[in-house]
Amino acid sequence: MTTVHDGEPGAVATTASRPRGAHPLLTFLAKRVAVTAGLLLGVTVVTFGLVNVVPGDPVTANLSDQALNDPAAVAAFREKWGLDQPLWAQYLHYLGNLLHGDLGHSQQTGRAVLDDLLHYVPATLELALPSMVLALLIGTGVGMLAAVRNGRLTDQLVRVGALLGLSTPPFWLSLVVLYVFFYQLGLAPSGGRLSTDFSPPPTVTGMYTVDGALAGQWDVAWDAAQHLSLPVLVPTSLTVAMLVRFVRSAMLEVLQQDYIRAAYAKGLPTRVVLRRHLLRAGLVPVVTVSGLAFASLLSGTVLVESIFGWPGVGQYAYRSATALDLPAILGVSLFVALVYTLVNLTVDLLYGLIDPRIRLS
Amino acid sequence: MAPLLDVDSLAVTLPSPRGPLPILHDVSLTVDEGELVGIAGESGCGKSLTAQTLLGLLPPGAAVTGSARYAGTELLGLDARGWQRVRGAGIAMVFQDPSAALHPMLTVGRQLTEHMRVHLRMDRRAAGRRAVELLDQVRIPDPERALRAYPHQFSGGMRQRVAIAIALAARPRLLIADEPTTALDVTVQAGILALLERLRAETGLAVAFITHDLGVLSALTTRGYIFYAGRVVETGPTGSLLTAPTHPYTAALLGARPHGTQSGGTLRPIPGAPPAPGEAPPGCPFQPRCGYAEPSCGEAPPPLTPAGADRSVACVVRPHLEVAA
Repeated sequence: MTTVHDGEPGAVATTASRPRGAHPLLTFLAKRVAVTAGLLLGVTVVTFGLVNVVPGDPVTANLSDQALNDPAAVAAFREKWGLDQPLWAQYLHYLGNLLHGDLGHSQQTGRAVLDDLLHYVPATLELALPSMVLALLIGTGVGMLAAVRNGRLTDQLVRVGALLGLSTPPFWLSLVVLYVFFYQLGLAPSGGRLSTDFSPPPTVTGMYTVDGALAGQWDVAWDAAQHLSLPVLVPTSLTVAMLVRFVRSAMLEVLQQDYIRAAYAKGLPTRVVLRRHLLRAGLVPVVTVSGLAFASLLSGTVLVESIFGWPGVGQYAYRSATALDLPAILGVSLFVALVYTLVNLTVDLLYGLIDPRIRLS
Repeated sequence: MAPLLDVDSLAVTLPSPRGPLPILHDVSLTVDEGELVGIAGESGCGKSLTAQTLLGLLPPGAAVTGSARYAGTELLGLDARGWQRVRGAGIAMVFQDPSAALHPMLTVGRQLTEHMRVHLRMDRRAAGRRAVELLDQVRIPDPERALRAYPHQFSGGMRQRVAIAIALAARPRLLIADEPTTALDVTVQAGILALLERLRAETGLAVAFITHDLGVLSALTTRGYIFYAGRVVETGPTGSLLTAPTHPYTAALLGARPHGTQSGGTLRPIPGAPPAPGEAPPGCPFQPRCGYAEPSCGEAPPPLTPAGADRSVACVVRPHLEVAA
């Protein structure tokens, strides 16, 4: 017969003891900075190599036919951009400048690449931020709803909708949106960042809506917001479609967990179980994809930007690539690499915030 | 006095790709106020599903017939609000694996107080005070610190104590413990069992203890139900049930248990396997594995009939034989 006695040995609540030395978060960040530096260096090597390997010559891409027939003009162009130097010398020269924060000058625009980026990035940011926020709110909400109604009509509709959204080409959706909201309904302007009657507000962030509001120019901010509406709509709906599918499957998995049944067994109202217990647990995988989606939005969406005449990173990258504008291409590549690293870093930090098991280990 | 929990002719059918699967058949059981009742059987016999039914946690599409009354209230057919009132505050549940049943990302304090605030309408401070008392009651050292900790910072046994404290937080009168010691080390098991017995003695809590371990059944409970293939095959006071089993299945279970036989006895596994749901033979579900089976056993499932003092058994053959003890 089993004997029963109370108390059990050696089972005491323990918090993980922290090793002496630097705060673990600082160590973590220092490591990430080092890795990022290495990564950026790698990006310069690869980009430099690729641009010089592709058939095509920046000279023919940039000079007019007439200038091409003039050997002096060609030589001058080559000398000006250092193209007469051997490749390794060009690369070392570029790296030297890069260390001083000099990204070189764009052959296309003739301006410093850094200035170009500072001009185009805020436009993309103004597009990417609201798209991401909206997509997160809608995608998480709808995805959760579908998971909770698993297999029922709501779920079926959501799944069909998400599939349609995913299989819709962005350029086609852009054109449809333009046709409906601009041409038919006249609800939104067709493109650009601002109506011609307005001049851009004083630059603080480079985002016209924010800068307009900061300067108290509410009419400018409102006009900028209207111009934003359609270009935001397209990436938002595509990101929503992607997120919904992901959130749904992540939440379905959490719904199977004992702790969700335990939460119901405690007599908590459904909305509390969903909001506090389900959402929190399903958030970790959602954060991962959201990070990737946001990074891809920030890297610019060429088609959407082109159709709506939005001067963003995507357009800049596209024009630089077709002109074999090496400094600009390198600049954009570095920017994109930096975006992905920062987004990944944020995602990792968010993991710790959401899940104490990661934070405390 | 009417029992606290009175389940009568409960039957549950679950949906499956191949059509409805009957899982529970004609289950009747009672739990009195302050009583420790055991429910035992092999895995898949419907013990856990009974618990889920009593908390209204069946998967969608499940069909339930019969009756289950808690403190005079019929549970089956309750709406969402009705269930919310019963769960936690009337009937509470402790799950098998505390690592899975505690939310990994919410503090112990949060999980301990959130339903107190709903059921007992306590404010944050009152709930916090009660939480400390509860952790103390289940013997968690340093309760204030434990409230701020996360489940993964505790050992398995401590986690189960936390889960028990959570189950008790909203002052339920019936605790359903679904194999609460199965996932724990043997040394830790005894502590949890003693805790449940102490809580019953101190607070008058009724406990329905689900287990597959007859040793636990005999150590802890006063009355037991033996489940087989979704039916109650035998019931009675645990002592007499396990020393003088009447149903061939109960007897076989005891024989298959290490140390369960008299000293020098051999371990006798039960031949065959329990029928899968929906594939039970038309008659007695144990008949294909039974050494006492007669042709009449294959006709219809035998009903649970009184057999001696406070005992009932669902067998038409063995009770009438003179079996050597």
